[in-house]
Amino acid sequence: MREELLSIIEKNSRIDTKELAVILGVEEIDVVNEMAAMEAEGLICGYHTLINWDKTSRERVSALIEVRVTPQRGQGFDSVAERIYRYPEVHAVYLISGGYDLLVTLEGKTLKEVSAFVSQKLSTLDSVLSTATHFILKKYKDHGTILEKVEDERELITP
Amino acid sequence: MRDPLSKTVAEIKPSGIRKFFDIVSEMKDAISLGVGEPDFDTPWHIREEGIYSLEKGRTFYTSNAGLKELKQEIARYHMRHNNISYDYNHQVLVTVGGSEAIDIGLRAMCEPGDEVLIPQPSYVSYEPCAILAGAKPVIIDLKAENEFRLMPQELEEKITEKTKILILPFPNNPTGAIMERADLEAIAKVIEAHDLYVISDEIYAALTYKDKHVSIAEIPGMYERTVLINGFSKAFAMTGWRLGYACGPAPIIEQMTKIHQFAIMCAPTTSQYAAVEALRNGDDDVEEMRMAYNQRRRFLLHTFQEMGLECFEPYGAFYVFPCIKEFGMTSDEFAARFLEEEKVAVVPGTAFGDSGEGFIRISYAYSLENLKVAIGRLGHFIERLREEQKNKA
Repeated sequence: MREELLSIIEKNSRIDTKELAVILGVEEIDVVNEMAAMEAEGLICGYHTLINWDKTSRERVSALIEVRVTPQRGQGFDSVAERIYRYPEVHAVYLISGGYDLLVTLEGKTLKEVSAFVSQKLSTLDSVLSTATHFILKKYKDHGTILEKVEDERELITP
Repeated sequence: MRDPLSKTVAEIKPSGIRKFFDIVSEMKDAISLGVGEPDFDTPWHIREEGIYSLEKGRTFYTSNAGLKELKQEIARYHMRHNNISYDYNHQVLVTVGGSEAIDIGLRAMCEPGDEVLIPQPSYVSYEPCAILAGAKPVIIDLKAENEFRLMPQELEEKITEKTKILILPFPNNPTGAIMERADLEAIAKVIEAHDLYVISDEIYAALTYKDKHVSIAEIPGMYERTVLINGFSKAFAMTGWRLGYACGPAPIIEQMTKIHQFAIMCAPTTSQYAAVEALRNGDDDVEEMRMAYNQRRRFLLHTFQEMGLECFEPYGAFYVFPCIKEFGMTSDEFAARFLEEEKVAVVPGTAFGDSGEGFIRISYAYSLENLKVAIGRLGHFIERLREEQKNKA
């Protein structure tokens, strides 16, 4: 049940436990217990909402930043990663194979704000060798969801 | 002037679905529970393969029976899923949808006057195709109390000296019924005793929600008597690609290929290339869709129970077939009023044969969100009908 449950709530975290029980064909109490267990195990880390901010009047700028760093003795990349991910404006930090080391995603109100973060905070860290900032111009798909709505074009009745 | 028409064709009743479709298409902003096709788009890697084949300029005919790679994949697929072995070179024919396979299968096997047994409720094309093949369709009315499975005595009762073919439409459209191994073994005895052939339409084989689908061709003694029909429409959400196939004894497939060659030439090349990809790398997609259908199926059955609407638990395809007899109207009347008053389209059971009277087909090839809205309206509607009945009494 665990895997099927996760695949449902990964797409729809608002679905209630009663309905989950119905579509999984189990008792509601089992769903509640299973979810509590997975939260306790840190397997479920949060319940988020996917928002297309482009449709609001709020200005937001997102950027992907490639960061090259010097790993620290005994700690590898972890300690420098932590110094970066502690900033609340940082959305995600990944260790990456290939031409650079860390991929940092960032959100700010304005271009200026993001640039300021990169130049004043990120690149001034001792172990950071270089950064390359890519601003996101448009999100087509996010978290596996295509942001444009598509109409059902099927006929109403087919055999 | 002479009558330009063939009497045989002119006398065939148009599909009951068609009639209802005309009413539905008049109705603005109706929502639907009436489709017989997946709501999923064809998985992208399969579509991509179709696009690629066009880019590569593969715009030619394939050989009549289909692309060699595709026929090989089809043979492997049935080895993998049913443990039955087909020689791709002589026992597999790629067709334009399962529908074509039904048509040419009947035409290749029927002599004038042969009787073809057709269990109903079932898909709309068996009866007309049998007539067009010069055969005489003989209907077996399946019963709700048997969960619309075909029982051996029901089969036995309809067999005459002229009976040649049994159409076996499971998992079933419109009832969602399945035939499990024991059910198949029971009818296999009758089939063998009367020396019948089987055209087994297994287009929904990938969509079962109990045990894995069993093909009648797996039952001892049946392989040599069975033309197995399947396709890509339902399992891989590829209805518009129009691609199906038939597997069976080489002499039958050979004659079917002859008709196919003269009438069709070959199935669409783009679709065939896409289908190779579907069979090679599509198992996970099918499983994901099957899981989603199953969730919706459980939701519907649970909601019907809450509403007190009688419905047996179907374990196949993507339909439920609730009974509406308690409301004292025909399926046609029920569907027409439901559409008129709540703007929801369902298909009356009678579109699939007279034995569908008293039932409606509800498709769950819709997202849970859509289903909730539509089923909410069904709830209102039957509440109102029950009120009316109370007032009358």
